[in-house]
Amino acid sequence: MGIVETRDLVYEYIRRDEEGNVEGITTAVDKVNLEVAQGEFVAILGHNGSGKSTLAKHINAILNPTDGTVWVDGMDTSEEEKVWDIRQRAGMVFQNPDNQIIGQVVEEDVGFGPENMGIPTKEIWERVEESLRAVGMYEYRKHSPNKLSGGQKQRVSIAGVLAMHPKCIVLDEPTAMLDPKGRREVIRAVRGLNQVEGVTVILITHYMEEIIHADRVFVMDGGRIAMEGTPREIFSQVDKLKELRLDVPQVTMLAYELRKQGIGLQDGILTVQELADALCAERAKERTCRSF
Amino acid sequence: MSIILDHVSYLYSADTPLAVKALDDVCLQIPDGEFVGVIGHTGSGKSTLVQHLNGLLKASSGHIYVDGEDIYDKDYDRKMLRSKVGLVFQYPEHQLFEVDVFTDVCFGPKNLGLEKKEVELRAYDALRKVGLPDELFYQSPFELSGGQKRRAAIAGVLAMKPKVLILDEPTAGLDPRGRDEILGQIKELQRSTGMTILLVSHSMEDVAEYVDRIIVMNRGKVMYDDEPREVFAHYRELEEVGLAAPQVTYILHALKERGFPVDVNATTIGEAAETILRAMGKKDDRKAQRETNPMQDAVDPARSGNRQKQGL
Amino acid sequence: MLRDITLGQYYQTESVIHRLDPRVKLGGTLLYIISLFLFRNFLGYVAAAIFLGIVIRLSHVPFRFMVKGMRAILFLLLFTVVFNLFLTPGVPLVTLWKLTITREGVEMAVTIAIRLTMLIIGSSIMTLTTTPNNLTDGMEKGMHPLKWIGVPVHEVAMMMSIALRFIPILLEETDKIMKAQIARGADFESGSLIKRARALVPLLVPLFISAFRRANDLAMAMESRCYRGGEGRTKMKPLVYKGRDRIGYLCVFLYLAVSITVGRLPIF
Repeated sequence: MGIVETRDLVYEYIRRDEEGNVEGITTAVDKVNLEVAQGEFVAILGHNGSGKSTLAKHINAILNPTDGTVWVDGMDTSEEEKVWDIRQRAGMVFQNPDNQIIGQVVEEDVGFGPENMGIPTKEIWERVEESLRAVGMYEYRKHSPNKLSGGQKQRVSIAGVLAMHPKCIVLDEPTAMLDPKGRREVIRAVRGLNQVEGVTVILITHYMEEIIHADRVFVMDGGRIAMEGTPREIFSQVDKLKELRLDVPQVTMLAYELRKQGIGLQDGILTVQELADALCAERAKERTCRSF
Repeated sequence: MSIILDHVSYLYSADTPLAVKALDDVCLQIPDGEFVGVIGHTGSGKSTLVQHLNGLLKASSGHIYVDGEDIYDKDYDRKMLRSKVGLVFQYPEHQLFEVDVFTDVCFGPKNLGLEKKEVELRAYDALRKVGLPDELFYQSPFELSGGQKRRAAIAGVLAMKPKVLILDEPTAGLDPRGRDEILGQIKELQRSTGMTILLVSHSMEDVAEYVDRIIVMNRGKVMYDDEPREVFAHYRELEEVGLAAPQVTYILHALKERGFPVDVNATTIGEAAETILRAMGKKDDRKAQRETNPMQDAVDPARSGNRQKQGL
Repeated sequence: MLRDITLGQYYQTESVIHRLDPRVKLGGTLLYIISLFLFRNFLGYVAAAIFLGIVIRLSHVPFRFMVKGMRAILFLLLFTVVFNLFLTPGVPLVTLWKLTITREGVEMAVTIAIRLTMLIIGSSIMTLTTTPNNLTDGMEKGMHPLKWIGVPVHEVAMMMSIALRFIPILLEETDKIMKAQIARGADFESGSLIKRARALVPLLVPLFISAFRRANDLAMAMESRCYRGGEGRTKMKPLVYKGRDRIGYLCVFLYLAVSITVGRLPIF
């Protein structure tokens, strides 16, 4: 069994009118089956309202399934006595950097989780130091979070979760409110967590550039998983992505356009380098053909 | 309505040792009807700049002329200025407060002291312009989706009938479709009303195909001020200050380095595809001319709603 | 404008005052404030001013920074002074129309102005040199005995700490919403009192909504980091008295003894 697994997960919001009568039911997550192995880097894509955040909140036991089951490290999230264990194993980083920092000084905020877990003082300090170093924020440990940039605040939030020594970190659109520089910082930190620290990462986003390094990608639409595969497999289906209201990186889009015009490029080109190489190869091939 | 900035500087916390020069000797001229992108990373001074244009911030030194009048003149009507230069803040949905969308949009024109009928006419018109469906007009603004809230908030400023519309990162936090819809609508607004529009953004890719001109801000100064293709030619310098040109610029430069005779100044996917095809001898020039037309269509607002930003 | 309020803000720097145990600072501030109300002559205030001056020096917080915080309560200060100036009965000095300034009134007004100023500067030193977390830790531990009579000491301390953390954020947000509404033609500055109060609606509604949203987000973030009240929590920075804290207490008591002695000398 993987670190995170969902089986037929359903979550329904009940909408009520002013008198409290049930007005309607919205199914935010609809029969989702997902399995994430220890150490994987998984990205969940989807437009706003596709159900991806609702799904994420189940992994941290913030929401409980209406139907179906979610297991985190083998524990059923609907068992109340396991909630704290689950939250420690699967940490969560949220979208708004201002609304998740509790401490007035960076290091105190990172220590908040371990304090709650009852870790001895000396070890808290060790954890705080190593977590801040892992996200490259150690030199800011004495700063006030209010003075940091958005990207730095999010890295502090990541360190705060990392200090709890989770097996898995769920990041719920951590870059949605950041500028491109902040976005790059955060994504670099997230990749570091996965590759250096070996933490399982579940990254929820709607920015396509951010999922290029994921091992696996799930695309959600209408509460269901609409696509699943490696980034390359996903990006090779440009038409389908457009249908799901998503973007494709400009490189992939350009390659797709060129292919439509009859240039023999492979599917799902992801980087500038790849495209330039492929075009060079293509041109060399044609030159040879023509010279015959 | 033209705007001229003449050596404008602005200091934050001017009387403390922590004084920061948020704007440093900025000179700009924005003629009537232009669609301008103002680009810069957080803290580059772009938001400070636009808050000067409707008098919310007052320059520490320098002058600003709107329609030839110095807005710092003693008898200049600053309230009038705010109706002429509409400013939509970042996350504008956070300013919604009324019981329903329509009443909220009425707030601006009502403050101008207009008649009730005129107020409602303007509110209705503004809501139509942002493409909010009629059935949402009398709903609580807090029950709308993120994208709808944002439109309602933009309508709140549009209803004041400004001649210049400034939008501070109008697409922040929206998903790709929401972003394209909003940008498409803004472009359409500019086309149909001839309004001057300033679009503040930190993303070159997003604005590249919409704007006529890009002003790049860095550390309170104007770093570049030119047509998009000219600005992107400095992609290495842009990178040094934490900005990036659209990916196509990088692709074309990479190809040029490998000996492709491509035009590195193409800024959109369509243009890039064309120059690559030509470089590969897949397209003769006559055909290329015809192929440009769909590109023009791409900016056709009638279709902009359900179109991808790459301009196809 | 709103950012000028320094009351309750933390000023990040290194100093011996910053390193003192919060309990020393809390106790010291309390005793200092009490002392201000015990003086009978101006010598006491001189002693207090000297003590305050030394502490400010040691704290490495620029004096200008504290004075800036005073601006926010200038109105309150003026109000109290004027009130006392005109409404204290006694020997009349000057009569303006129907208002009479008395000798006692002048004395009272001056005393109150000095007391209030010194009180505010004194307590702002505490908040400027102590992180809210540290401060609430100090309160939590200092008030621990109250727990036995059913006071939720930890919860109160945590609430205060969070409130302090969000003050600057909400102030910034107020500033932003205000600007956004001004851009829509709102007028917060002119008109009758009723008109002005009504003009606040477009500011307060969004502000409350935002505060609730933030509170909701924060609660979720805290729970997801395993926060479940004070039970079983350990401390990253546990409070243990050190040598300098004992010296700190000693200084406070010394000040108290000296200032009260000279401050209650029957000079006037």
